[in-house]
This record gives sequence, structure tokens and C-alpha cells, in this order.
Amino acid sequence: MSDISHPPRDGATPGKGWFESVGIGHLLLGFFLLVYPAMASDFFLTQIGGYSLILGMIALSLMLLAGYGGMVSLAQITVAGAAGYVVAIFGENNSGVYGFGWPWWVYGPLAILIASFASALIGWIAVRTEGIYTIMITLAVATACFYFAQQNYALFNGFPGYNGLRAPEVFGLNWRDPVPFYYLCLANAVVAYVAVLYGARSTFGLTLQAIRDNQRRMRSIGFDVTAHKVFAWWLAGLIAGAAGILLVWFNGRISPGTIAVGPSINILVIAIIGGLRHPIGPFLGAVIVTLMQTFAIDIIGAERFNTLIGMVFLVIVLISPDGILGLWERFKPRAGAEDWRSSLGTSAGKVENQGRKT
Amino acid sequence: MATNVAASRLEGTGANALELEGVGRRFGALTALSGINMRIAAGERRAVLGSNGAGKTTLFNTITGDFNPTSGTIRFFGEDITTLAAHERIRRGLRRTYQISQLFTNLTVLESVYLACRGVSRRRFSLLRPRASDGAMAQAESIVHAVHLDDDREVMVGTLSHGQQRQLEIALALAGAPRFILFDEPAAGLSPTERRDLIAILNALPRHIGYIIIEHDLDVALRVSEYVSMMHNGTLFTEGTPEEIENDPAVQEIYLGGGHG
Ligand SMILES: Nc1ncnc2c1ncn2[C@@H]1O[C@H](COP(=O)(O)OP(=O)(O)OP(=O)(O)O)[C@@H](O)[C@H]1O
Ligand SMILES: [Mg+2]
Repeated sequence: MSDISHPPRDGATPGKGWFESVGIGHLLLGFFLLVYPAMASDFFLTQIGGYSLILGMIALSLMLLAGYGGMVSLAQITVAGAAGYVVAIFGENNSGVYGFGWPWWVYGPLAILIASFASALIGWIAVRTEGIYTIMITLAVATACFYFAQQNYALFNGFPGYNGLRAPEVFGLNWRDPVPFYYLCLANAVVAYVAVLYGARSTFGLTLQAIRDNQRRMRSIGFDVTAHKVFAWWLAGLIAGAAGILLVWFNGRISPGTIAVGPSINILVIAIIGGLRHPIGPFLGAVIVTLMQTFAIDIIGAERFNTLIGMVFLVIVLISPDGILGLWERFKPRAGAEDWRSSLGTSAGKVENQGRKT
Repeated sequence: MATNVAASRLEGTGANALELEGVGRRFGALTALSGINMRIAAGERRAVLGSNGAGKTTLFNTITGDFNPTSGTIRFFGEDITTLAAHERIRRGLRRTYQISQLFTNLTVLESVYLACRGVSRRRFSLLRPRASDGAMAQAESIVHAVHLDDDREVMVGTLSHGQQRQLEIALALAGAPRFILFDEPAAGLSPTERRDLIAILNALPRHIGYIIIEHDLDVALRVSEYVSMMHNGTLFTEGTPEEIENDPAVQEIYLGGGHG
């Protein structure tokens, strides 16, 4: 895990306008995602489309921390779950506990805010550690939160959690319906994705990557390393929190099972399968895992399903430590490759071709 | 020149860039530094010599806060910085380079220097991308130019040659408005040409910027410094002008005779 590859980037020197840098790949992908509801059944729209986008966002929050910051977190589903519990407690539920019935535009932002601060708190604990120890300590936090939620009835309603959570009706649209819900997920995912893509080359993005490369040097050029790392956790919490709201609307419920160790490792698997080189990776991984979860279970049965996921994970990691993104780099069609890469705004090709000048 | 410096050194007024009193550092049972007393005037350029393991790098680490001394006091321009966080010391105008390059492998040369400029400015945090008109970017470009890395500004740091990495180390220390710089063996492993470049860069620094340079190569050390401190076994062994040090028989015996690989 310590040799996760780092996202390549263009130089900091500005040049391209935003329009050129959007690129053909993004336009095609965007177009497909926009017209997807026209060709997909309700099942494919929600269970595959919506769900992949939600999982992709949670995995994206991990990619931000791991790919740019070198901090592998197993607590991202915990952060999403924090937002989910806020929705259950302050919004409406039919479990007969809490459910203050606040409007969505109050509990929504509140959920994201609380999740982001929970994330910053976890980060503040975890930044004292490095590498494998960060994984261990976030796993410990995730496990502790799971057991606490399961045993605490006063706040978390214990084992059953909360049922009857639903997306609101706004602007005369019922956001629970497949098409609106899909677009809601898409909009959130796009905002998060674009923010990460842009932010990767912002001053803060460079700072985070520099901290990943060499903390000691960062201190001796005047940066408060701890503060910057905790801020990265806070940002990741915003993304995971927003995804957490969508997740409970998707499931209609939240319980300790949502934030158990299994789901938290699932997020890591998604991020690694997709690849941590580029923010598109987590979404690719989410689509693959969601498709496998949906269809492989029918074919091989639930028992063997985890074995299958495990084997796919192993194969991908062994063939390509950069996940699917890395596979693409390796087996890409030669001619189209440049376009695809530049369209996604990466500079892998540039770095390779640049070589060393002496 | 040398006498001026020596005179201001002895006055011990607030004009001193650096004052060390009884600074010591232990690693478990090992005493790497003990009882170091040092006064360095603002703008003074000092060389620190000493054999391998004499404690030179450890001295730097305690001054910059990479780790704290286990005893003693360190003052930077009159302010007690003994236990101040490393980044806070840097923000006060202290800079350093490392004996073993500490760089950002996956950033470009220009990005690295840009961050160094941002790190010591008040605007070190921004969620926006750097713009061409950014003051820190402009400064970064002029520093990159000063250390002769113009042609490599867009190159990933990890792919630079050893000599270029050493130049980048120096570039990172020049960011912002340094008042005092600690150079840890900047010439180690450089070719004769690169060495000449280095000496030129050091001699071209504005006069108000003082520094300490650790240097095994006496030729280099004597061409860039006006006063020399000798370390041995974690203590300050002797101090003097370059001529005094060169002709000191005890120094000859310990340092020049002792060999250092
Ligand atoms: N972090 C550390 N932990 C334990 N011992 C250390 C540490 N840093 C330095 N030492 C020890 O302190 C002593 C002084 O080391 P230091 O690196 O300061 O020497 P130096 O004068 O810089 O030598 P060189 O010329 O080889 O760079 C050595 O014995 C070294 O092994
Ligand atoms: Mg040393």
C-alpha cells in the first residue's frame, strides 16, 4: 500500500484556458452520462447509475487523501455515515426516534458540515501516523464508530438504526424517482470531480502533494504540515458527507451495517481497482464493483461473491498497481491514447516524453 | 573584513543573527552535541568544519527545529526560538539546505520553488491555481534563473541529476526574504564546474544575508566564508579566521591529518 502511485500532473504554469482543458474525453463522457436515462431502465438508472456515482464519490474522497496526500483512510464510509445519521435524526424517519422533520435545505448542509468536521477530527488523530499506521488507525476509528453506533440507542438507535429516510420533493419533483435521483447523484458527483480535478493543481493541491513527497522539507520551507493535512481531511469530508446523504436516500435507511468494516474496505477496494492516479479512477472502480455486486451474485451466489471481488482485486493490483487507469495506460490503443490522456487533463504522456535534459 | 566581523561578534549585542548558549543534543546514550556556544552577527558568513560524525548536521537540526536540543538556548535575531516549531522559524527568515537532498520528487522544479515562495509569504494557502501574474510565481522564476535551472523548470524533480538537485536545494533556501541560511555540504558530490557555479551563487547573495556553510572541502569553505568554526566530537573545538584555522597545528592534526574519506 505504501507504493501507491501518485497522480501525474501538468506544471503549475498556467496556459490553457478552461475550455481547451476540458477536452474531448470529458465531453464524450459528459454527453453519455446526460443521455444515459434515455436508454437505461429504472433499475440501471438507480441501482447501477446512481449507486455507482454515490460509491464513486466516497471513493473519490479517499482518492483525494491517498493519491494526493499519501494518507490511506479506511474511515471514509464512517464519514458518509455521519452525514447519514444527521439526515435521519434531523430530517424525517419512521423509526419513531427523533426525526425532527427539519427541511432538507437545513439538514442537508448541516449533515455535510458535521461530516466534514468528523472527517477533520479523524484526520487530526490520523496525521500523527504514516503509511500502514494511518490505515490501521482509521480502521480502528471506523470499527469503534461501528460498535458505538450499534450499542448506542440514545443517539444512533442501536442495531436497527433509522428507516424511512427519503429524498424530499422540491420544485414539484420527487427526487426519489429514478430519473431525478440519477441526475441529483450525477450533479453532485460532477461538482466533486471537477473540484478535485481543479484543486489538484491549485496552490493547496500542490502543497498537499509536496507534503506527500516530503513532509520534512515542507516544514523547512515554512508550511504547517499538520494544519494542511487536517484541512485535506476536512475537504474529503465534504465530498464523503454529500455522498452520505445521497446514500441514505438511496437505501431509505441507515444502520450500523452501513458503516461496518466490510463497506469501509469496499471503498478502498473500489478506489484501488479504479486507480488513484486520477479522480476518474474511483468512479470507474465504483461502476465495476457495482456491476459485479449486482450480476455476479446472481451467477455465482452471494457466498462466492467476496471471493470473486477479492480475486479481481488481486489480479488488477498484480497486473497494474495503478488499477484500471494503469491498465489503460499499458494496453491503450496507441493513436488514441494521447487524446484520451490530455482530455482528462493528466500529463503522464508529457512526463514520459519529456525525459531528462542534461 | 574579517576583523570587523570578529569585532561585532565579540560585542554580543542584539545585532546577532544567531546566538547559541550551551546547546546540547543527546540520542539515548550518545551525546551528539554538547555545550555549543556560538555568536554569529547579522550578515556574517561562517564555515563549520569537522570530521564525519562531529555533530555539524545535528547542530543545524537543532537550530532549524528539525528536532529540538536537549539542553541550551538558541536565539534568532534576539528571539528565543529554542522550542519553536520548525515552520515558525522559517517564517522568521531562517533557511536551510540538507546534506541529503529533501525534495518533492513528483513536482516540477518551478512548482517546488513556487511553493517555497508561498510557504514564507503570508498567503501560503489558496484553493485557486497559481496565476502567471502571481508574485510568488514571479519570484520563483527569478530564483530558478539564479540557480541556473531555467531549462529544467518544467521537469519533474525526481528526474533531475544529482547536481541539479543540489542546485534546487539551494533555490528552496533562497525563497522569500531570507535573513540567515544554513547550508549543509552544498558542494558534496558536485563536479568542479558545478562547484564553481555554487561559489558564484553564494558570493552573489545580497550582503545582508548571513549564512553558515558546512563544507569538507577547505578550498570551497575558505572562498565563501570569513570566519571558521571547527567542531570535533560534538563540541566547538576552535574558531578563527581562515588563516588562523589553516595554520593551527591542532586543527591540522585533528581535521586535515585525520582524513575523512
Ligand atoms: N537522528 C539521529 N538519531 C541517532 N543518532 C544520530 C541522529 N542524527 C545524528 N546522530 C548521531 O550524531 C552524531 C553526529 O552526527 P551528525 O550527522 O551531526 O554529524 P556530521 O558532523 O554532520 O557528520 P557528516 O560529516 O558525516 O555529515 C553521529 O554519531 C550520528 O550517528
Ligand atoms: Mg552532516
